[in-house]
Amino acid sequence: MRKIGTQTVVFENKPRIIGNYSVVGPKEGRGPMANYFDYILNHDLYGEKTYEKAEQKIMETAVMGAIEKAGLQPNDIDLFISGDLLNQIISATFTAKDFDTSFIGLFGACSTMTESLSVGSCLVDGGYFSRVLCGTCSHFSTAERQFRYPLELGNQRPPTSQWTVTGAGASLLSLKGDGPYIEMATFGKVCDYGVADVNNMGAAMAPAAMHTLKVHFEDTKRKPDDYDLILTGDLGKLGSEILIDLMEKEGYPLGENYVDCGNLVFDKEQKTFMGGSGCGCSATIFNSYVLQKLKSGEYRSILILSTGALLSTLSSQQGNTIPGIAHAVVVRRDE
Amino acid sequence: MLNKEQKDTYNKYVQAKQPYTKYFPTLLWAFLVGGTICCVGQGIYDAIMALFPELTKDVVQAYTLVTLIFISTLLTGLGVYDKIGSFAGAGSVIPITGFANSIASPAIEFKTEGWIFGMCVKMFTIAGPVLVNGIAGSVLVGLIYLCF
Repeated sequence: MRKIGTQTVVFENKPRIIGNYSVVGPKEGRGPMANYFDYILNHDLYGEKTYEKAEQKIMETAVMGAIEKAGLQPNDIDLFISGDLLNQIISATFTAKDFDTSFIGLFGACSTMTESLSVGSCLVDGGYFSRVLCGTCSHFSTAERQFRYPLELGNQRPPTSQWTVTGAGASLLSLKGDGPYIEMATFGKVCDYGVADVNNMGAAMAPAAMHTLKVHFEDTKRKPDDYDLILTGDLGKLGSEILIDLMEKEGYPLGENYVDCGNLVFDKEQKTFMGGSGCGCSATIFNSYVLQKLKSGEYRSILILSTGALLSTLSSQQGNTIPGIAHAVVVRRDE
Repeated sequence: MLNKEQKDTYNKYVQAKQPYTKYFPTLLWAFLVGGTICCVGQGIYDAIMALFPELTKDVVQAYTLVTLIFISTLLTGLGVYDKIGSFAGAGSVIPITGFANSIASPAIEFKTEGWIFGMCVKMFTIAGPVLVNGIAGSVLVGLIYLCF
């Protein structure tokens, strides 16, 4: 493992994704990506009494699914790295509670998928842990009640709003085994461009994505065309258009190979305005669609940046603007 | 770190690029749904008046409001009111049915945190400011009325 440039780390021992699993809610299961997901819930309560418990169960399902797909048992895992959107990251910690392994809790809001993959890859590549499970989850109903309004309130959603994805994704990293490998990671910086509108997360996060992407290309001396696919986490329709404009200005224009997970997960008829968001957005798309395409050989190398808006209900009520963050990971298959 | 001017430039760019609520369809739906709710209210009033001619106007008004609140709370519980609100906007928020919805919806939602700290405490999270300002305003007007 070595650092190149200012924020990028190259993993020389090729930590591989030897197991991955994605679980989504019923609405996501009616979307355009339905065929790629491993498991689609019939009901978003998932047999539980509260949405918080349902979110935790979704996370557990994803974690167990990834372990099973790798042909391993839960006690084969050395370390579990996870986080989520809820206060004190309870979905992650409560999942870890029933899981007899070391745990690192992260908070990177919706950037948690690539954040956990980056941290996990460092620990696996450095030889500190042999099998590390990385994952995250989100639930529309828990996010609504924590950040917005009760579900049954008859209010209107603004046209710049996004729809939190109900779902979880988990990837199991190891130096031994088969699967695409993590080539490098660019750890992002917190960027605040002064956006205060809590209903416009795409605009708040796009500058952070631009910053991480630009630094990634500078550090690696690569261009956007060097990747088969560049994915952002949950910028949505508006945020991804802003990112395209910002990257053009920075001299790294994004081409046809750029897509946003938030634009992939729902279709227009599902009335989600600017598309999907939440930790589960990039976690489910990465652990289903993207990894399947990498394994099938349709893609050889991809760059994924999960993007997070680092606000709390208190910070926004006290008039603070919304800082954003994005962590990038390069995933490649063997030539 | 960006300075204030750079942040302002970015925010102006975002404001120019972002989509806004379309006024005409929003106003039209609000008018139609709000008007329908008012017509239903008037219908209930007339029906009570016709069924119980001995009741006074004030009592019939109170019965009408109670009936509207009941219908709105029932529709909230059945998961219908939020769907009406998603296109009706102020048309279903402003009438008393909207007020009932704003109390019933958090009551349903926060029941999972217990009857006292969940339902009872959170019941007024949305309606609370309306009550505070409404009561404070009426006290102020009452004082002015008393003085002059």
